[in-house]
Amino acid sequence: MERTGAQILLECLRQEGVDSIFGFPGGAVIDIYHHLPDYPSLRHFLVRHEQGAIHAADGYARATGQVGVCLVTSGPGATNTVTGIATAYMDSIPVVIITGQVPTPLIGNDAFQEVDIVGISRPCVKHNYLVKDVKDLAWIIKQAFYLARTGRPGPVLVDLPKDVLQAKTLFEYPESISMRSYNPNLAPNRRQVRKATELLRRSQRPLVYSGGGVISSDAAEELTWLCRNLRIPVTSTLMGLGAFPGDDPLWLGMLGMHGTYAANMAVGHTDLLLAVGARFDDRVTGKISSFAPAAQVVHIDVDPTSIRKNVNVDVPIVADCRLALRGIREELEICPDLPDWNTVHQPWLDQLAEWQRNHPVRYTYADEPIKPQFVVEKIYELTKGEAIITTEVGQNQMWAAQFSRFHRPRTFLTSGGLGTMGYGFPAAIGAQVAFPDRLVIDIAGDGSIQMNIQEMATAVSYNIPVKIVILNNGYLGMVRQWQELFYARNYCATCMHLNPDFVKLAEAYGAAGFRVTKAADVERVLKEAFAVPGPAIVDVVVEPEENVYPMVPAGAALTDMLLV
Amino acid sequence: MRHVLSVLVENEPGVLSRVVGLFSGRGFNIETLNVGPTLEDGISLMTITTAGDEQIIEQIIKQLRKLVTVVKVVDLTHLQSVEREMVLIKVNAEDERRAEVLRIADIFRCKVVDVSGNDLTLEITGDQGKIRAIVNLLQRFGIKEFARTGTVAMRRSMQME
Repeated sequence: MERTGAQILLECLRQEGVDSIFGFPGGAVIDIYHHLPDYPSLRHFLVRHEQGAIHAADGYARATGQVGVCLVTSGPGATNTVTGIATAYMDSIPVVIITGQVPTPLIGNDAFQEVDIVGISRPCVKHNYLVKDVKDLAWIIKQAFYLARTGRPGPVLVDLPKDVLQAKTLFEYPESISMRSYNPNLAPNRRQVRKATELLRRSQRPLVYSGGGVISSDAAEELTWLCRNLRIPVTSTLMGLGAFPGDDPLWLGMLGMHGTYAANMAVGHTDLLLAVGARFDDRVTGKISSFAPAAQVVHIDVDPTSIRKNVNVDVPIVADCRLALRGIREELEICPDLPDWNTVHQPWLDQLAEWQRNHPVRYTYADEPIKPQFVVEKIYELTKGEAIITTEVGQNQMWAAQFSRFHRPRTFLTSGGLGTMGYGFPAAIGAQVAFPDRLVIDIAGDGSIQMNIQEMATAVSYNIPVKIVILNNGYLGMVRQWQELFYARNYCATCMHLNPDFVKLAEAYGAAGFRVTKAADVERVLKEAFAVPGPAIVDVVVEPEENVYPMVPAGAALTDMLLV
Repeated sequence: MRHVLSVLVENEPGVLSRVVGLFSGRGFNIETLNVGPTLEDGISLMTITTAGDEQIIEQIIKQLRKLVTVVKVVDLTHLQSVEREMVLIKVNAEDERRAEVLRIADIFRCKVVDVSGNDLTLEITGDQGKIRAIVNLLQRFGIKEFARTGTVAMRRSMQME
């Protein structure tokens, strides 16, 4: 039986195991929407802005580890997803973006709602396709999903002209894929693994620096085994939070610009840095030449371009993080004379414990105005690390990272690489769609939340019970903090005059709204908000000029920190 | 340092812009770029000359390999290879100087591909050094037009130590 391109697409999505699509219709994709009701296993969530669709697909992907799917129309529908595509690209999140396109005879004619989205998105996708013949559609979709989820994951865009969606052909879904130009290397090189193990055996002050790759390769268990058995302290990037239990004594907290004192000092003094699925981002390394000055570096990454991009590496291991960590474990198990890790590493662990004791992340409590850190602590206390936390970008994001603890992977969803304001709320919607019974909380700022607040309508209309906690300081807080510290307090364009009344805004959308102004009320109101059945906003009026500390000024060495 | 990269790519729309976009987007520089189909169906060969320190070249090569449409990347710089470029030069050659231009053309084994009363158009192939040399020699007659293909290169079959 012949089927149209639109039907073939939907059939492919079904066979890929897709259950949720986040999208927004338009002229070029009407055919897909026309057939959508015939595929009841594909739930479609109508967002209010295409940026919401891509972030929701991204949040779904981060929370589940599955490929997120986003469906939008041509022209403005497609361009509205670009920020979200770049967000997913920077954080290596598997997303497939289906865009409509004008009919093939009109391509290049500046037709209505035409844009060269393949060209526009090229620098920020793992790969993209313009489908010109309906006969190519099935294998392209197969490849798109394969590319998105394998190797270093990432967004893949498929652009579908309207006439291709209407053309008919016989449908056959390819079972397997072979691409002569794409064969990611997953298994570690044995010799390099042996070298890494040898360095571990000889190290006195080892440190694990883990990143998002540990989460995307499901290597948390292997990482935890290695660190606990060898008594190696762990720090991680923002993207890596949750891969190692946040209540373990070996956990040092995040490193980098707003990392803990202990983590950054550990980097400064370690003799062996084991970097796993992390890419030495400038927000992490600070001044590159003084990053881990005393250390030999072992770097595990599935993407060869990450290795030696920023720092010199002594033992590069191009491999899937899980397989590489397993390789090290196997190597250790056949090693004849292992040191007594406890004895060897104890002085180092004692030193770290002292740094942790003397310089914890901290703030000064006040009842009014409320300290934002206190709110984050309360959220953690009430949820015991069981909730899925998403964040917007800025101070709210850093406080969420510093004052919560994450025990499991895929419980902290945040825009790390691109730093996309407006990410957290739609991402929370995506995560909640995947896990309807879990508590999903977006920790937001008053600036960021307004970048995609329209998705409140999505949350309300599908009864997606996401809770938004706004740390409302009336500022674009992180920029204001930089202005205070480095730009002579010239608070130009960072004061959010005339914020809306967020309680009324929630109510206008049909959600619940709460406001807190005193620390003593925070717990009660949070509990109340978490208990309401639908989405809710909690507007927490916080200290306007609170700063995120510790802080390493941009370009400074990690050990040159501004403490509280 | 100058590097010559031989890059096999899938011959499909947009592949050139993926490669070029990689260079511009990451702040790498392309000196010359030459593309043409190979004998294998659906595969084209790009010869790219670029410059940078070892770390930059390593990144360029890795980033190229990461592109889904790139099949193979070889850095010919440290291999014995043959490098050629074809250049068309339209040079001033009025009566009294014509013989001299022709003599130089002869020494460099150029072909005369077009003649008029005032000028000669020469076709020359060679490596960069040879091209530089003849351009130097012809400049004093006045070069009116100049078109070059960019380097094409191939690994020599025998790699002598």
